[in-house]
Amino acid sequence: MKIGVVRFPGSSCEVDCLEAWRLVGEDPVMIWHQETSVKGFDLIVLPGGFSYGNYLRPGSIARYSPIMEDVIRFAKSGGLVWGISNGFQILTECGLLPGAFLRNVGLRYICAPQYLRVENSDLPFTNQYEKGRLIQIPISHGEGNYTIDDEGLKRLQDNNQIVFRYVNTDTSGNPNGSRDNIAGIVNKEGNVLGMMPHPERAVEEIIGSVDGREMFLSILKHWEGRSQGGA
Amino acid sequence: MLKARVKVTLKKSILDPQGSAAEKALKSMQYPVESVRIGKFMEVVLNEDDKDKAEKIMHEICQKLLSNPVIEDYSFELEG
Repeated sequence: MKIGVVRFPGSSCEVDCLEAWRLVGEDPVMIWHQETSVKGFDLIVLPGGFSYGNYLRPGSIARYSPIMEDVIRFAKSGGLVWGISNGFQILTECGLLPGAFLRNVGLRYICAPQYLRVENSDLPFTNQYEKGRLIQIPISHGEGNYTIDDEGLKRLQDNNQIVFRYVNTDTSGNPNGSRDNIAGIVNKEGNVLGMMPHPERAVEEIIGSVDGREMFLSILKHWEGRSQGGA
Repeated sequence: MLKARVKVTLKKSILDPQGSAAEKALKSMQYPVESVRIGKFMEVVLNEDDKDKAEKIMHEICQKLLSNPVIEDYSFELEG
């Protein structure tokens, strides 16, 4: 599978994303944001971090980086796009995903382990989870408070577009005030996923959790199925 | 050249965590404050002397980058 991870000025999780892909046997490529084509790629990852210092609004300036025009074209033609944290913010800013982000309700930057519930396991990104499974994946953000209007929320619910919700176990439930406890969503077509938690930080026992690994394995499984002429 | 003074505010329906924090602080300082909403103020100097053209450009700039229409409203004034 040809995987590209976009590096914007201020990205900080791109190397972790590359490493996570290597752990499942892939050989991903870094794409500088000034490049103008994602031709030939099977998956584009928009990583976490602070693109352009998060000035103005997180993701608002990165959304106009040269590479984004082709990422948008790629997404609209059905290509897999995976935005993590700042990548999720970029996806909402460019309109590939609905909604927007506000400061966390407690105003604090939160970097902590977080429990999530897998709400939709029928996606290219989540087919290796069981629906309803609780997973622990860390969050790291100051502006992860997802907001959307009533109509938009209803559409997400009705179309099964909410992929992960923050839940209570022994860590706190909704950490940032996100509407309907939303931690991750997918577009209606199912090929563009955005999530605030960092699965690339949950792929090795030594760093506390391996619950993120299945996302990488899900995408590979989906890809193998496709290339063999399956779904 | 024309200068635009831009105000970007959160839509009324959107909760403002920063505004609420400032509001609580002012109330605890015993000021007769009902509510606080925090927004942004920007100055944009345009290489354009035609007011109509400048206005059109500013609307575009505000909609594309300076505000996020999902959560924010904007307004601006032009001065010569």
